[in-house]
Amino acid sequence: MLKKLTILLFSIFLITFNANAGSDGELALEKNKSEVQNTRDCFEKLNRATFAFNQGLDKALIKPIAEGYRKLPDNVQKGTSNAVRNLSTLITIPNNVLQGDVKTAIINTARLAVNTTVGLLGTIDVANKMGFPKYEKEDYGQTLGKWGFGPGCYLVLPVLGPSTIRDTTGSFANIMGGDPWYNASVHGNNEFLSEGLYITSKGISGIEFRANNIESFENLEENSIDFYASVRSLYLQDRENKIKNNQRGNIDVIYEDDEDWEEIENK
Amino acid sequence: MKKLLILLFLLNLVTGNSHSIEPDVFVQSTVNRASEILSKDISKEEKINQLKVIAKETVDIRGVGFYSLGSARKDLDDNQKNKYLEFFEDYFLKSFSSRLSEYSNPKIDVQDKDVLNKNYTIVKSVLVATSERPEIKIDWRIYTKNPDNPLIRDLIIEGLSLARTQKEEFASILNSNDGDINALYEALEKFANN
Repeated sequence: MLKKLTILLFSIFLITFNANAGSDGELALEKNKSEVQNTRDCFEKLNRATFAFNQGLDKALIKPIAEGYRKLPDNVQKGTSNAVRNLSTLITIPNNVLQGDVKTAIINTARLAVNTTVGLLGTIDVANKMGFPKYEKEDYGQTLGKWGFGPGCYLVLPVLGPSTIRDTTGSFANIMGGDPWYNASVHGNNEFLSEGLYITSKGISGIEFRANNIESFENLEENSIDFYASVRSLYLQDRENKIKNNQRGNIDVIYEDDEDWEEIENK
Repeated sequence: MKKLLILLFLLNLVTGNSHSIEPDVFVQSTVNRASEILSKDISKEEKINQLKVIAKETVDIRGVGFYSLGSARKDLDDNQKNKYLEFFEDYFLKSFSSRLSEYSNPKIDVQDKDVLNKNYTIVKSVLVATSERPEIKIDWRIYTKNPDNPLIRDLIIEGLSLARTQKEEFASILNSNDGDINALYEALEKFANN
């Protein structure tokens, strides 16, 4: 109970701080500016230190595990990826509803039911084979964004990586009852599920993401003159696309409030 | 006289349109040239050198350079701008060609185009999926002010703009060094020489 209360108070603090730090005291309902322009790196020194720590952790532990994961047979990797994605549907569905997209919530509920049963606990994406629409993950950070909350300050979290005040606040909703998988495994009083299983599933999800992006990260690091700034920019652009449900980037969003191109003439 | 006018008209049609290139055709032809190089059995360094030649011909390096500099370019005098462009070109060619050289035998299909105005067209394409990676959507921002010589100004990969990322990277370096352009020169030079 005390743990939940602490988390609740911390979340309220973050949201309040978001409104203050993210918009110079104005309400954080900034709909007309892009995410990247709205987001300030209020804790840059701390963020850079955490980023360096995360890079060290990645080189020493996470990347080697991800490389090992890639050596597993393709069907094992595919099955794991499908199962982890299936679990994420449990967070996506309530967020579909909170964003007013009831139709997609119904489709995702059917997807979850089919994949969990016929698809052997989600290891086989039967729904995809049946022609369900492409699955798009949603989370509480995206929902807050959809509701008009600005991203607030950029944050780099230890181990977890890039985030914003809004997205971190959204993540707390998962352990405040917003993630049925967390509720069932941690509080479900079930002999088959446990907190350890929940943490393992989140760990596998992270390793799977890292394994899918080994070359991309290497390439980005090699070709950046400020890797930290590149990752920050890409994270914020990606979140903006996800909140606005832009499948391949919306040119009006990418260059919003940006007249820079227009002034440049080619000679 | 009438025949002569018709002849002149036809000649004008032929010469007037012969160099105009549609942005989607331009992109497909550029990626085909790049693919050919990437499929060759040559060293990575050779591939990078050949890709640099294509980049010089098809990318508006000057435009991308000034865009990446953001509002800081307004504070520079002509000498500083020229110096910056020299550093930027070396940096850009190395960065651009190194990124591309990681792909072996990529197949890019141009699918559609969206004419924004007389100066810009967005060409939509996909990097075709392989057994090792999923399909990747790539949009090309093409500068079409001179239709005879379209130029690439940005690549938007899965919704993420490379030019914008680069601009924010440069802004970060300038901010960390009280706006000192020399710090950016140094970072660009260090990258190009590494």
